[in-house]
Amino acid sequence: MTDAAMPLAGPAPAKSLHQPDARTRKRNAAERRFRLYGMAAVSAGLVALVVLLTSILSQGLPAFQQTYIEAEIYLDPAILDPNGTRDPEEISKVLTFSYKPMIEDSLTSVAERLQGQGASELTPAMLAGMISGAANAQLRDYVLANPEEIGQTVEFEFLTNARIDQYMKGKVTRESAALDSKVDVAQLNAADALVEGGAMETRFNWDFITAPDASENRPEAAGLGVALLGSLYMMLIVLFLALPIGVAASIYLEEFAKKNVWTDIIEVNISNLAAVPSIVFGILGLAIFINWMHLPNSAPIVGGLVLTLMTLPTIIIATRASLKAVPPSIRDAALGVGASKMQAVFHHVLPLAAPGILTGTIIGLAQALGETAPLLLIGMVAFVRDYPDAPPGGLFEPATGLPVQVYNFTQRADPAFVERASGAIIVLLVFLVVMNLIAIILRRRFERRW
Amino acid sequence: MKATNLISLAVAGILAAGAAAAQSRDQIQVAGSSTVLPYASIVAEAFGENFDFPTPVVESGGSSAGLKKFCEGVGLNTIDIANASRKIREKEVAACAENGVTEIIEVRIGYDGIVFASQIDGPAFTEFTPDQWYKAMAAEVPVDGKMVANPAKTWADVDASLPAVEIQAFIPGTKHGTREVFEEKVLLAGCEESGALEAIQATGLDEKAAEKACMAVRTDGASVDIDGDYTETLARIDANPNGVGVFGLAFYENNTDKLKVATMGGVAPSTETIASGEYPVSRPLFFYVKKAHLAEVPGLKEFASFFVSDAVAGPNGPLANYGLVSDPELADTQAMIADEKSM
Repeated sequence: MTDAAMPLAGPAPAKSLHQPDARTRKRNAAERRFRLYGMAAVSAGLVALVVLLTSILSQGLPAFQQTYIEAEIYLDPAILDPNGTRDPEEISKVLTFSYKPMIEDSLTSVAERLQGQGASELTPAMLAGMISGAANAQLRDYVLANPEEIGQTVEFEFLTNARIDQYMKGKVTRESAALDSKVDVAQLNAADALVEGGAMETRFNWDFITAPDASENRPEAAGLGVALLGSLYMMLIVLFLALPIGVAASIYLEEFAKKNVWTDIIEVNISNLAAVPSIVFGILGLAIFINWMHLPNSAPIVGGLVLTLMTLPTIIIATRASLKAVPPSIRDAALGVGASKMQAVFHHVLPLAAPGILTGTIIGLAQALGETAPLLLIGMVAFVRDYPDAPPGGLFEPATGLPVQVYNFTQRADPAFVERASGAIIVLLVFLVVMNLIAIILRRRFERRW
Repeated sequence: MKATNLISLAVAGILAAGAAAAQSRDQIQVAGSSTVLPYASIVAEAFGENFDFPTPVVESGGSSAGLKKFCEGVGLNTIDIANASRKIREKEVAACAENGVTEIIEVRIGYDGIVFASQIDGPAFTEFTPDQWYKAMAAEVPVDGKMVANPAKTWADVDASLPAVEIQAFIPGTKHGTREVFEEKVLLAGCEESGALEAIQATGLDEKAAEKACMAVRTDGASVDIDGDYTETLARIDANPNGVGVFGLAFYENNTDKLKVATMGGVAPSTETIASGEYPVSRPLFFYVKKAHLAEVPGLKEFASFFVSDAVAGPNGPLANYGLVSDPELADTQAMIADEKSM
């Protein structure tokens, strides 16, 4: 075996390395193609995201604005407090129906003022048809909160009904109104006259975020208040239950348990549970928490418990991974200077694994926040108008959740609910983005690499 | 260790509060039909505004699901009212009785019309008859004494007066109560009207099997089952100019700028024609109340009577405004609730 006798595998390279031969060109071309595929995949994803976001934002942003008619209203003591006692209990006996004539009177004065300014075809009846059905209740709430103002004339902002509001936002046109049984073109002209006269404006609407849901007759009054509270309560429950249980389980499995058939079985089961469809947890929740433990229907406590079960595997898997990532030298060093196993884990390993654990928890929470299916079975997909109390009592009172509210809005007949559904999605997305940002920041700030 | 103590304390506190909460319940709980849901939520909202009781919680999920929940038993962790877009079935009454729900008050709130509508700028679907729908939708039709697969491809194949466009119907899926009404009042009626029922029986089927054949809907793509709600049907119609959809009257009335409704058997659907019974495709809507809960849940009786009061369910009330056809016999229903008369 001498080098000289060894025949070369192929012909010697004829050119220098600076001039690629056919095979090199082929390999380079393959690499360029692969990069193109990668870029195409990324841009396809980006295009999908942009399309999704633009459609949601363009449909949903108008939900944060609402149209109001401003009018002066005389709070007639003869109607509101016939006995003159100013006793809140007496006043609350006046039903919303009785507020209607007062509102109509107040609109008459607006109509007369605008008629004087040249809007001759504007009639009080036309204006009354433009006011939301929720106006009576809003006025009643105002009077109950401020009984001392009975007998005075106050400035009040009435919600307009959904069709007028949609007209101001450009969704209802004169052509569609001509075909629409719920609005007529004369009312749209009246709306224009009101805007010109300064009595009507469209502006930011906090009520969309804070107010409770409203029935199908009043899309303009519907808000996310109860859903936000319900989601918040459920997230609190998940955080306080899933984090300690998940971390304790992972520490035991990772640091203390002997590796044998049983831990293998548990490990496989946990990975399996993470992939179980969420509706299965809903069925479990119905059977255990409601039918067996007799917890109330539609309550955040049940929703929180179900979502805890759903989130636990995610947290356990993330925690175990971050415990594994802590180098054994840390444990060895701690044990070497005489720390007990528990001290080594709690004083040295756990703090180093904390960023990973928190990231996993927040991602698990975000997943739980967007979940609707398990809530369907435990009665949280519902029409709920009363805010739940503060915890712990409020955990047992009916509430909904943000994704549930999106689902509810999309099912309703009135087209004005379309923008509210998209608006609710925007609020949900903002929550998710904030949670994921926190996860990224935690990881960036506290992560250590070895 | 402190953290664990705190957590166990918190869990114990929550469970104690839960035990207390499970004992008493303030708000009424309602579940059931998605058709009745809008009406129930309108009433619940007005009830919460005007009475000292909290606003009832209204769940949807379908008539059958609601009645199943209703029949789970008596007690504060079960629902008080089930909404239904059909009458309660014998089987369900028996299931209820088995679980101790023996006294049920049946309340009819009014009627709901089912309308046939298409895109407002689409082909001229303005007049339908039940037999046209039967001929367009049937899976198999009798031809010369034999059952053959439905040959109709366009509406003009069914009836020359209809537009010559492909048959594309969006009908409620089988889980909906509306489907039952559609099958019985449109397909079966059309089958009888056109004489197809006799022709099918002539092929050797008994009456029951023949009726079943009348109500079997074709599965070759001309008819699409919509398992979601009417908003999904509307989206399909929006995307498909030749499509015809089945909607509730209330839904149509909220979307008259997008949909064009057709007459059925020469009668235009409206609250008046449905109340008078002229318009053929309508059905009563119900809710069922557990009598045993009347004394336990505060406001339950008030809610039931408020629901059917003239101011709410009458011809000028908010429910009629939304699309409910008010019941001419409302006074009887009111009296029945006042007397707590069970079925």
